[in-house]
Amino acid sequence: MAHRWKNTLTERDVTPEHLFLNRRQMIGASAGAAGLALAGMAAPARAETLEPSDFDDVTSYNNFYEFGTGKKDPAKHAHMLTTEPWTVQIDGLVDRPGAYAFEDIMKKMTIEERIYRFRCVERWAMIVPWNGFELKDLLDLAGVQSSAKYVAFETALRPEEMPGVSSNVIEWPYVEGLRMDEAMHPLTMVATGIYGRDMPNQNGAPLRLVVPWKYGYKSIKSIVRISLVENEPPTAWNKYAPNEYGFYSNVNPNRDHPRWSQEYEQLLGSGLFAEKIPTRMFNGYEEEVASLYEGMDLIKYH
Amino acid sequence: MEIAAPINGTLRRVPAWLIYVVSAGYAAWVFWQGATGALGPNPVESIEHAYGEAALYLLIAGLAVTPLRRFAGLNLLKFRRAIGLACFFFVLAHLIVWAVLDVQALSRVWAGIVKRPYITVGMAAFALLLPLAVTSNNLSVRRLGPKWRQLHKLAYPAALLGALHYVMLVKGWQIEPLIYLGIIAALLALRLPFFSRPRRKMAPGAAARSQS
Repeated sequence: MAHRWKNTLTERDVTPEHLFLNRRQMIGASAGAAGLALAGMAAPARAETLEPSDFDDVTSYNNFYEFGTGKKDPAKHAHMLTTEPWTVQIDGLVDRPGAYAFEDIMKKMTIEERIYRFRCVERWAMIVPWNGFELKDLLDLAGVQSSAKYVAFETALRPEEMPGVSSNVIEWPYVEGLRMDEAMHPLTMVATGIYGRDMPNQNGAPLRLVVPWKYGYKSIKSIVRISLVENEPPTAWNKYAPNEYGFYSNVNPNRDHPRWSQEYEQLLGSGLFAEKIPTRMFNGYEEEVASLYEGMDLIKYH
Repeated sequence: MEIAAPINGTLRRVPAWLIYVVSAGYAAWVFWQGATGALGPNPVESIEHAYGEAALYLLIAGLAVTPLRRFAGLNLLKFRRAIGLACFFFVLAHLIVWAVLDVQALSRVWAGIVKRPYITVGMAAFALLLPLAVTSNNLSVRRLGPKWRQLHKLAYPAALLGALHYVMLVKGWQIEPLIYLGIIAALLALRLPFFSRPRRKMAPGAAARSQS
């Protein structure tokens, strides 16, 4: 079911002037699906305008180490990636395991736009209008069994199309994982486009994960495999440096990266003399997701 | 050595101040590009990297002067002071951009130096370069005499710390910073007595002196 997270509609309903606002000036995510469903009318009061970053910035400055470690490398080399045909292997503890063709997935999903904050562990941030669907909808397609406790993801590994994998910067293929409640959370989405266009290769074509309250590397790109599993799956950066990159990797200003502070961030495109912005707990999605981690020590389980 | 002679002849006509002009011009150009958006969406990071990298190049160039003279007969001695000072100014600019435009608060600068090992290492390299920059003038060379040479050997640990600073700050196992570290380590290794021996064999005067 799409459009569970319908803050824009609610906004229009409550304050009709917003109908005339620029399409891009949709309210941000502080009013999430859960909050909306429960609080209803209260949501717009907490609403906040998120102005998306520049399209060129989002598509020319990012990390996708399979194409090189430089920020411009993905934009330079990702054209080599073949995205058609594309299949996603969904396996493990599911009722209908198999190879799901990208077109077949798209036929069954309703695409919606969501403007989310995106926060890299390196302290830069941007605001991206994603197009896609909730991960839950895709998982429901495969039928998750009750014994599944985690979801494991894997990025394509194609040495002939990915010049970066010839160097073992981290262990390939890139893998990521989410706990089941995180995976099923309405904010967690599979993005297939940005700014109303198909997903550019450098941003993780044809489909990628977007988990807005976690550091960017959790939002794994160019997914070829999704496995429903019982135990916490290994994750790429955690394998490289477990003290620096935890399994949860929630954006948290109180838990520094061992090598740098996480208390502030730099919004991309804000210029040379821009003031730093304080990092928000859960990247500003505290209201929606804090309950997932109730009673958990978020410094220990970082 | 036949190739070295004409090169040395040409170099004699190149003024050392050109290094200051080119360095200052490059630093200003990078900053202007960052301020006008030509360096992409994260200009602070781009400028930091450009200045830091320039300093590393100049550290390597400065350390290469002696081995080039010893093993290739190339005489770049007259450029060494300018190379060293230009290097220092890039490190200083790198530090200022980091403190003023990146971390933006004195308390956070201090916290970074104390808490983050890669910053501690970078600051240590800067601290080692500071007395070298201050004594890079003829008066100091005369006043300090043989101590000047001893003092300026601080460039060796400073170069190693500078390269280590880069190795420590990258994510993942990246090759580029390790290459810089390797080059600097190799240039320092060439100063070990083991590598000085072949020169004595080649230079008959030195050989004669050592026998006497």
